[in-house]
Amino acid sequence: MSKTLLSCRGVETFYGKIQALKGIDMDVPEGKIVTLIGSNGAGKSTLMMTISGAQRARKGSITFDGQDITKMPAHHIAHLGISQSPEGRRIFPRMTVLENLQMGATVSDPKYFDEDTKMVFEMFPILGKRSGQRGGTLSGGEQQMLAIGRALMARPRLLLLDEPSLGLAPIIVKQIFSVIRELNQRQGLTVFLVEQNAFHALKLAHQAYVMVNGNITISGTGKELLAKPEIRAAYLEGSH
Amino acid sequence: MEYFLQQLINGITLGSIYGLIAIGYTMVYGIIGMINFAHGDVFMVGGFVSVIALIMFGITGGGGVFITLLALILVVLIAMIIAAAFNWTIERLAYRPLRGSFRLAPLISAIGMSIVLQEFVRVAQGGRPKPLQPIVTGGMEIMKRTSENGEFVVRLSNMQIIIVITTLILMAIFTAIITRTSLGRAQRACEQDMKMASLLGIDVDKTISITFIIGAALAAVAGLMFFLYYGVTDFYVGFLAGIKAFTAAVLGGIGSLPGAMLGGIIIGLIETFWSAYFTVEYKDVAAFAMLAAVLIFMPQGILGRPEVEKV
Repeated sequence: MSKTLLSCRGVETFYGKIQALKGIDMDVPEGKIVTLIGSNGAGKSTLMMTISGAQRARKGSITFDGQDITKMPAHHIAHLGISQSPEGRRIFPRMTVLENLQMGATVSDPKYFDEDTKMVFEMFPILGKRSGQRGGTLSGGEQQMLAIGRALMARPRLLLLDEPSLGLAPIIVKQIFSVIRELNQRQGLTVFLVEQNAFHALKLAHQAYVMVNGNITISGTGKELLAKPEIRAAYLEGSH
Repeated sequence: MEYFLQQLINGITLGSIYGLIAIGYTMVYGIIGMINFAHGDVFMVGGFVSVIALIMFGITGGGGVFITLLALILVVLIAMIIAAAFNWTIERLAYRPLRGSFRLAPLISAIGMSIVLQEFVRVAQGGRPKPLQPIVTGGMEIMKRTSENGEFVVRLSNMQIIIVITTLILMAIFTAIITRTSLGRAQRACEQDMKMASLLGIDVDKTISITFIIGAALAAVAGLMFFLYYGVTDFYVGFLAGIKAFTAAVLGGIGSLPGAMLGGIIIGLIETFWSAYFTVEYKDVAAFAMLAAVLIFMPQGILGRPEVEKV
């Protein structure tokens, strides 16, 4: 068993009086792909934002590489090596593709910038062609690629991907998932993936969790979850 | 024609000063969506610090061009630092704790800070206008016409040249910072999506502080130039100049940096031409009628962006 890179213990997050997370226990081992599936509004993105420090946990603790990050400001957490491609992509619309990547590289050593940019453009050649174009003028799929590329520019130790397949054509979804697999296998990148597209995500995952209403209800390996009838019924029927 | 040309020169000079102040309004609005009503008073503080420094150093303009210029640069640096310290403190004490509160809260706080600054300067420095003999004198005649009514000379004073050139240099430096440097990128990122910027490792609070510092530094330069141009200042000059610069920012498109400069020039021209061809007494009315008209008919301003973005 590899060591645990990220662990959440009893994490509770609120929006005002509404409790979005009701005590999350979860581990992400180093070098693995961990998937969290669940329906809309289950609290998946809230967990992502809580890990990144953009949302505060009211109770519980989050540990990254042995360090307590529960109360750390978001920009410090980014410097520790957690990088997120968030829900809704959040590309800077009035910055060029290249500038968006430069923003992604905020926490990484400038000497890697050219090399990393080249890697992102090889991964997503369309971004290379559009490097001078403003982010807001890209299509949804291109923006998604840019969001992932931007997150990778940080040279993260843990990559958080929030619904990278949302609203994309199946062929692009396939491409994005194969990029994730490749990053994990070749570079040993640890990935925490939130998905509604459960079939692809579970196939990819070493470890998987299911979230319902702010609670983790089921966990297991990706294969185990794929085989469970209740998972098939709730998340896979008709989705593929 | 000669008269028109003279007014054009005067208008552009005044407009440059408004433009420099307007940048502070538009930058702060761009990044945190509030109008810093105390900004005009930070401009006034910049002017006052300049007066104090000029008197302390005993600068009278009698010591030759080079010495005078050097002294003025020293004075403006002091004014920039102190005005920046004021604006930084204001943001820290009066605006940051209210971030995330209802939209009107920081606005009300800003009006409060405006009064605080005015009263502070009034109490500390007295309420009477502070005049000083002209430090930068001289100029050139660029056109002369003699007719039966006498002669009319179009003058370009050295002070006007200094104001316009300084503004151009500052704008060039400022534009380069915003478009080319990582600081400028962080600034724009926070303006477009603050939360995302923080996820990428940008210290948003620090970036906002720097915005206030830059805005104040530009306003302080304007403060010194305004004082040298008119030869007098008081604790209340920030109010009118501030509101006019704010009008300039809205006219140019609030949030747009080139818009702020353009708006400043236009307001300067409107005010000057109105005074020249109509009535001096109503020049402020003309400027503010412009504000009302822009808000009603063109709320985006000239260079403001319409909010059409793909999500």
